[in-house]
Amino acid sequence: MPKQLQIKAISGHAGPAPGKDASRDYDVCKLIDVTTCIGCKACEVACLEWNGYQFRETTFNNTYQTMPDTAWNYWNLIRFNEHTNPDGTFQWLMRKDGCMHCEEPGCLKACPAEGAIVQYANGIVDFNQANCIGCQYCVTGCPFNIPKFNPETKKVFKCTLCSDRVSNGLEPACIKSCPTGCLHFGSKDDMKELAEKRAAQLREHTAHKNAGVYDPQGVGGTHVMYVLHDIEHPEAYGGLPKNPSIAAFTQLWKGPLKWVGGSSLILGLIAAVVHFLRWGPKEAEIREDQIPPSSEEATHGN
Amino acid sequence: MTNGWVDIKNADMILVMGGNPAENHPCGFKWAMEAKRNRNAKLIVVDPRYTRTAAVGDMHLQIRTGSDLALMGAFIHYTLENNRINKEYLVNYTNAAFIIKEGFELPEEGLYSGYNAEKHSYDKSSWNYQEGGNVTGKEPAAVKFAEAKAPAAEPGKPAPAAKLPPNVAYDLTLQHPRCVYQLLRKQYSRYTPEMVERITGIPKEGILKAADLLTSIRKDGDMKKVGTILYAVGWTHHSSGSQVIRAAAMLQLLLGNMGRAGGGVNALRGHSNIQGATDMAGLYHLLPGYLGVPTPADKSLDDYLKRVTPTVSKPDEWASFNYNSNTPRFMVSLLKALYGAAATKENDFAFHYLPKVDRNYSWTELWDATLRGEVEGLFAFGMNGVAIGPNSNKNINALKKAKWLVVCEIYPDETSEFWMSPTIPKEELKDIQTTVYRLPGAGFAEKDGTMVNSARWLQWKWIAVPPPGDCKVDQEILARIFLKVRELYQKEGGKFPDPILNASWSYTDKYSPSLTEVAKELNGKALADVTDPATQTVIKAGQQLPGFAFLRDDGSTACGNWIFSGSWTEAGSMIQRRGTEDPSGLGAYPNWAWCWPMNRRVLYNRASCDASGKPWDPDRAQVWWSESAKKWVGNDVPDFKPDSAPSEHMGPFIMNPDGIGRLFVPLGGMNDGPFPEFYEPHESPVTNLLHPQQVTNPVSKKFKSPDDKYGTPAEGYNILCTTYRLTEHYHYWTKNNPMNVQLQPEPFVEIPAELADEMSLTGGEQVRVKSARGSYVARAMVTKRIKPMMIDGKKTFQIGLPIHWGFRGIKEDEGKTGHTLANQLTMAATDPNAFTPEFKGFLVKLEKA
Amino acid sequence: MGVTRRDFLKASALGSTIPAVAFGFGLEKAYAEVSELKTARTRETRSTCPYCSVSCGLIIHTIGDGAKNVTPQVVHVEGDPDHPINRGTLCPKGASLFHDIMNSRRLLRPQVRRPGSDHWEYIEWEQAIDEIAHLVKKSRDDHFIEKDDQGNTVNRCPSIAFTGGCTDTNEFNYLAVKSMRSLGVTYLENQARV
Repeated sequence: MPKQLQIKAISGHAGPAPGKDASRDYDVCKLIDVTTCIGCKACEVACLEWNGYQFRETTFNNTYQTMPDTAWNYWNLIRFNEHTNPDGTFQWLMRKDGCMHCEEPGCLKACPAEGAIVQYANGIVDFNQANCIGCQYCVTGCPFNIPKFNPETKKVFKCTLCSDRVSNGLEPACIKSCPTGCLHFGSKDDMKELAEKRAAQLREHTAHKNAGVYDPQGVGGTHVMYVLHDIEHPEAYGGLPKNPSIAAFTQLWKGPLKWVGGSSLILGLIAAVVHFLRWGPKEAEIREDQIPPSSEEATHGN
Repeated sequence: MTNGWVDIKNADMILVMGGNPAENHPCGFKWAMEAKRNRNAKLIVVDPRYTRTAAVGDMHLQIRTGSDLALMGAFIHYTLENNRINKEYLVNYTNAAFIIKEGFELPEEGLYSGYNAEKHSYDKSSWNYQEGGNVTGKEPAAVKFAEAKAPAAEPGKPAPAAKLPPNVAYDLTLQHPRCVYQLLRKQYSRYTPEMVERITGIPKEGILKAADLLTSIRKDGDMKKVGTILYAVGWTHHSSGSQVIRAAAMLQLLLGNMGRAGGGVNALRGHSNIQGATDMAGLYHLLPGYLGVPTPADKSLDDYLKRVTPTVSKPDEWASFNYNSNTPRFMVSLLKALYGAAATKENDFAFHYLPKVDRNYSWTELWDATLRGEVEGLFAFGMNGVAIGPNSNKNINALKKAKWLVVCEIYPDETSEFWMSPTIPKEELKDIQTTVYRLPGAGFAEKDGTMVNSARWLQWKWIAVPPPGDCKVDQEILARIFLKVRELYQKEGGKFPDPILNASWSYTDKYSPSLTEVAKELNGKALADVTDPATQTVIKAGQQLPGFAFLRDDGSTACGNWIFSGSWTEAGSMIQRRGTEDPSGLGAYPNWAWCWPMNRRVLYNRASCDASGKPWDPDRAQVWWSESAKKWVGNDVPDFKPDSAPSEHMGPFIMNPDGIGRLFVPLGGMNDGPFPEFYEPHESPVTNLLHPQQVTNPVSKKFKSPDDKYGTPAEGYNILCTTYRLTEHYHYWTKNNPMNVQLQPEPFVEIPAELADEMSLTGGEQVRVKSARGSYVARAMVTKRIKPMMIDGKKTFQIGLPIHWGFRGIKEDEGKTGHTLANQLTMAATDPNAFTPEFKGFLVKLEKA
Repeated sequence: MGVTRRDFLKASALGSTIPAVAFGFGLEKAYAEVSELKTARTRETRSTCPYCSVSCGLIIHTIGDGAKNVTPQVVHVEGDPDHPINRGTLCPKGASLFHDIMNSRRLLRPQVRRPGSDHWEYIEWEQAIDEIAHLVKKSRDDHFIEKDDQGNTVNRCPSIAFTGGCTDTNEFNYLAVKSMRSLGVTYLENQARV
């Protein structure tokens, strides 16, 4: 029986989370030093192998990138960007994209389903599909475009930071696999120190004078941090937002309006409002485009 | 590798050229990243493409494929002219000071002295050291060397081969015009940045910047810092491939990087056990442990041993260990292992059981002979010769001529199904008379045994699961075939059955030999009591030997591979060790598995010390001379005569008869010159700018079968093409693995954006790549990572081809690929030393499919 | 198939009921149960990756505790953290070795393609070995060279070639050298050449 992780926050739950303030746990953190990423995709495979996901049909798309975006069963994707620096030099940027495990998780705040999303005291934000109602508010609430909907099971999925492994004292699968040590895992404090040291080393010893640490405060900081060659231009790494924040309405209804959360009637009402606000006809079309094909089409072979 | 994977972390400077370790050896490449992280090491990447290695490099030079030797020449030129050397290392550990015989000529017109145009080969007798001892400080004109007498031929026999002289002449001031150092300067004076820019397409500024950075570790001769070179088949797959590696070794000797932690010349190698296969002589020209094969002129074992056992050649004042003088012990012990009791002193230890190799039987010759119908039957044990090529169409046509083919595989492959190749029309099938057996072998997890990694580590693996279905482990398949053949010879007799009947096969289960028993046989055992004269240690008959120092040439020891001796001793299996301690912090891990020879983790480590035996860098102390103990001690096993005091001036390169690192390779060491010289690939868009009268390697071989065609720019083949692997796939294997297929689903060709613009080509369109030999269909990957190049002032394009697809695989069987092989494009033209084909540079046409 | 607006509305409606249901459980367990570690009780076998020459250490996790009546089944493959070179890391090829071991494309029975045929036939091991041995003997006996033109003993069999693969172990390669050289094979080559 694995050790249970202490809970810090629960989606759709009125009142304090069970265990809140009753115990403490150290904050875990994944550090991604993109300056040492070789885009080998070991982390993609390790994630799939550990989580046992089926293969997806992929097609050649003029890039080394496995697929255009992460998917409900593909949580970890290296984004490849052929980038020309302002001075004309060429750089091939690679960034492991996946859940950032925000300290203030927009997904959790947006989620109306009790217990579908929990945040553990160690910082991991985990989805519990048994409680997921498939409303996809989490998708809207996430500033990083991470949660992905499986249209067949009508559940939303994303990286768990291998909560099963972490609760058993193991590092996440992606961390373990990473050949170059571009991925590190440890306490947030330790990772922060490591990241700042690495950024300073890059500024001092390499051409990357703008190297810095990405730990965006708009979401309260994250439990997945990046060291970037150029902290001023996170967008160059395949759409990493410069100042991510939780949508205003999500903030509102999970903030001052939180007291109403227990009432299913009001919740349904709010859901409708949120739906209307967030999923206007135009946007809905966009969302549909982004939803992956059904699994019969999506998987092949064995 | 002279060093090892973890050792790369000790480097201050890393040159990656002819390899792409971030993609092809990611887990080993971590140690380069550790060097960058922990030592601020610099990483210089030279590649025809901007690769994933280049993405984390400090500098990337885009080079024209096949022009590596020109750039290496420029690096050597820069090193010499800017004095980025340490004279103590250079003079004592290399042959820089040695004087070369009069009559030796540099290839200023493209040929060294001694070329025979008819035979396409060299008479190398002028490539030799001068006899004459110390002439240091003497006016060259005043020095007169005695004319060495050519050894006289015995009546009725050909003249004996030229030999290295005794008491080699040398000038420690390096001023004699015929000393190696001065010849080297002259040789590479032609490799100016301007010339090399025209050849390689790398702008002069880039060449100079890289050369300066690379050699900056030896500024003012300071020996503290160390640099390493990492290469792979991007160097070997050329018609002068061996000479590129020679150039790397020379550069490392000049820079004083050989023998040192964080230094060396490191062949990354591309497969799990091709290092082991080389060690074990899975190659026509070798016997286990790098012993040369016997030739027809070896009328007896003695003839053979005389021919292959080197004699010392050095200045009289110096010492040379010449470890290969022990060759008779290695050879006789091998024969005892192969033929057991049937190998007796009386029958020359069954020397004539071994075939006498009269000519080249290497890979490309094998397929050429099969095409001619001379090879009737082929075994392929996990070897997909059709996909591997070169010139796959030729190999397919060759197999049509074979009578039988036995393939042991775990997946359906192109070789066993050559007769189903899309190039063969259905109606032709009835004419193909080849019988093909496809025997299901065991996967890696289903068998035990050792493999040797590129760091020379022998590591045992254990069986995790039994083979599925009717699959058998490979040794059982081989043993059953061999024993059945033996049975037939026992019953029916036949041509020279003796070696078949007498090969030692005394395994407990002879039909499926236990690999632990075989591993012990490789280590060797005493057949009679053996005493070590140095220590008086006695090894009893039947006991495992502690190491190759105990091997005897009188038949009292048996050893399957002398370099593996020490791997499974009376103390147990060294190759199964799992000790994780690393007391020196240098990443040697002396108790993890076992490393040949005798667990030395860095070869030539004597050179990590100065002439007096003190480490060049005390922070990376590997071995050193202990005056109190009167021997070499340290953190690694000294690769040296343990009790040879520095005052003896013994050379650190103990496997060479001269004991030193060879900047100049005398006599037969290389077939195409004692120094590397740049020649164009056999298919090239330009002439040789150094010597247009000699464009290609004069000793390299091209084939003449109807399937061997070579294209020229005049015929419209004017795009350069190179081939490589992707990190997501492994050769022609993972096209059967859905996970890897998912990561890179389809064959593609990487095309510079400028070329795509000229052709109005967009990414994803199907293109056809055509060479003189075949065509390849794939999708276009339009990229900025390959730029157009200026070669001799002319805009030239290179394209790149990942090799991983074929006729059979997940996507292939779904009909989603072009069903072509990258090696249908490549050519059979070989390097004259290693006989490796020129896979990596050829000319193509590109069109929309 | 995409998600339609109707699906969305259904989901929204459900959303208003489920949380209330969830209240019935012991809170902490319902929210916090992480899945059982799939390697918790597996048997670990140390192995070496068969792909490149780095030779990463592997742990192959199999179910079944080694008891006689169990055929072990691989459930997971991960890097060996003790291995000095890879220290637990793996590349995308090594990390997907599970699907190399457990692969539906594996060849499982001996097959033969007869002269002129357009298809494979299954063949019993015994018969395949017997036929191969006869072919080997005939090819050898027909073309074996005991002496060359100068009368030198050469004992060569130039009509048979052996090509070895890149994952063949040292011990197998040694047996190949021993058996093939004893047949007189000179066309003895390996992936190591190319």
